Amino acid sequence: MAAAKTRSSSFSGNLSSAASSLGPGLKCGPNGTVLLSSGIPDLDKILGGGFPLGSLVMVMEDAEAPHHMLLLRNFMSQGLVHSQPLLYASPARDPRGFLGTLPSPAASKDDKSRGPEPDQLQEKGLRIAWQYKKYFGENQLNFDGQRDGKHKYSNEFNLRNPLERHFINGQRVDCFSIQDSPDLSILQDRCTTFLSQLPRNDGSISCAGRIAIQSFCAPQCVYSNMEWEMLSFIRSLKNMVQSSNSVAIITFPPSLLSPSFCKRWQHMADTLLSVKAIQDDDKELAQLLTGYQDMIGFLNVHKVARINTQVPVILEATTFSIKLQKRRYLILECLNQAPVDGSSGTSYGTSGSCSSSSKTGNLDF
Amino acid sequence: MNQRSSNLLDEALGLDQASEPWPLKGRVVAIEDRVETSGSFILHHLLKRSLSRNSSNVSIFIAFAQPFSHYDRVLRKQILGWNLVSQRDNGRFFFFDMLKLQCPVGDEGITPGGGLIALYGKIHKTISALPEISQKNVSIIIDDLSLMEVAANGSSDHVLDFLHYCRTLTSEFDCSLITLNHEDIYSTEDGSTFLLQMAYLADILIKVEPLATGLAADVHGQLTVSNKGRNKASNFHFKVKENMVECFYPGRSRD
Repeated sequence: MAAAKTRSSSFSGNLSSAASSLGPGLKCGPNGTVLLSSGIPDLDKILGGGFPLGSLVMVMEDAEAPHHMLLLRNFMSQGLVHSQPLLYASPARDPRGFLGTLPSPAASKDDKSRGPEPDQLQEKGLRIAWQYKKYFGENQLNFDGQRDGKHKYSNEFNLRNPLERHFINGQRVDCFSIQDSPDLSILQDRCTTFLSQLPRNDGSISCAGRIAIQSFCAPQCVYSNMEWEMLSFIRSLKNMVQSSNSVAIITFPPSLLSPSFCKRWQHMADTLLSVKAIQDDDKELAQLLTGYQDMIGFLNVHKVARINTQVPVILEATTFSIKLQKRRYLILECLNQAPVDGSSGTSYGTSGSCSSSSKTGNLDF
Repeated sequence: MNQRSSNLLDEALGLDQASEPWPLKGRVVAIEDRVETSGSFILHHLLKRSLSRNSSNVSIFIAFAQPFSHYDRVLRKQILGWNLVSQRDNGRFFFFDMLKLQCPVGDEGITPGGGLIALYGKIHKTISALPEISQKNVSIIIDDLSLMEVAANGSSDHVLDFLHYCRTLTSEFDCSLITLNHEDIYSTEDGSTFLLQMAYLADILIKVEPLATGLAADVHGQLTVSNKGRNKASNFHFKVKENMVECFYPGRSRD
């Protein structure tokens, strides 16, 4: 929700600049950063609120499954719902076609309820308090605003319903195919132009932008063997994003890079995630974890952005299972060990981590 | 701010004694980190020590990784009532923003590594222009070398040349050179020569690594300090906080 926070205090100084008003889809984060949502409420919670403006997010793909596309879709939809300008680059011939697959925000009726029905509670509350509505004033607007998907910081997206056309048309959406570019200068120029509309200055941030680059080193791209040029591009994109009000997300298949360059790319990222496919019918994993049947993959959080601070973010868990609730909502869950079957005599698996080594052989320790 | 508690890291570097010649004078310190454990907190720590030591110390910070505002915010939390902006205005802190430096591709013949040569010239000029007393107390800090390699389009030779030139400054002006690089970006076949060269060049080598058991909330990793000058090697655990770094031996929570 758009929150206009005004603080009157005797302290002046640029440290409190974030107190000024923020546009839709933005909220204040720690250390003077401003956050925007990833489009996946569970991921926002894991990362401490969302992606900070000025950060670079990198996602390592798994060649066996297109789960990174789920992350991209939700990220892009969230931006469009909040009217945030978007630049999308992909190796496909017609990247605009991808926009047709973006999910729409879940209508409040379909909202999966993790607790008691919110509607009923609100109505009860209304019945009692309706005469006091006149005293609420501004709060009442927020209250109604909760039901309207647009003003929420973060939406649940229904992957089965496509995003309404009006979100895409008439918006600053720029799509670009990187397949035939002989080098990265065109993409660089497009990014520069896009980001020049979103300069960062001390003051209110009315609008933040999103850049999504998919499968950056895909082999069908002409430049994909120019290792140092790609790294250079990432570095300059990171610099441009740092000094603008935007977040850039780049997905790439790590197996297509040499190990040393893969590490260099990982160092570049402020937030580093990876997705992994899950084998169907892996009996050992099925024994290890509860809810295995519903999982479609794993998400690993390797690094979380630390802006304006030197303290690293250490998460309690770094591996999460990706599930589709009711086959439409993307959720991330912590891994839970299944109860040990005493009769078979197998021992506990390693707690929570599901690296590929756990699939092989026995898991005694 | 004279009162400061020293810790194991200071001891390993010889900074715990308040002896007059700054122990890192004329020395090269190389810091190597990894994706899991970033070593930039050591740069902040050394910068803090250098600038709070005595009023004639000067630091030249060559930044490839983050803009000035990031370091300003981080250092503000380290020492209360103190900030980089005023240090910069007093001529004790020079910030060279190299975020946009990119050597043009393929002009090998004309100015190979032209940007780096210009950078060296700038550093030399800055030091020469300092008052006599400060000239003897300069620290050059580079964050970080892997990005300098990217700026030089991958030619680590140019970067090594630049570092050798900077090393001449350590003998000409007795300044200290502190660099940060990543240990895990070099493959064993060809790239490890750069790391070996740095290890050879360095008087003090600090490795920042995760624990063998992975990351934890109480212990962020381990530091291994090899101090050639004192013929000493130390290994201990660390935890990074907003305003300092806590160092302790394994099994203890403080030293």
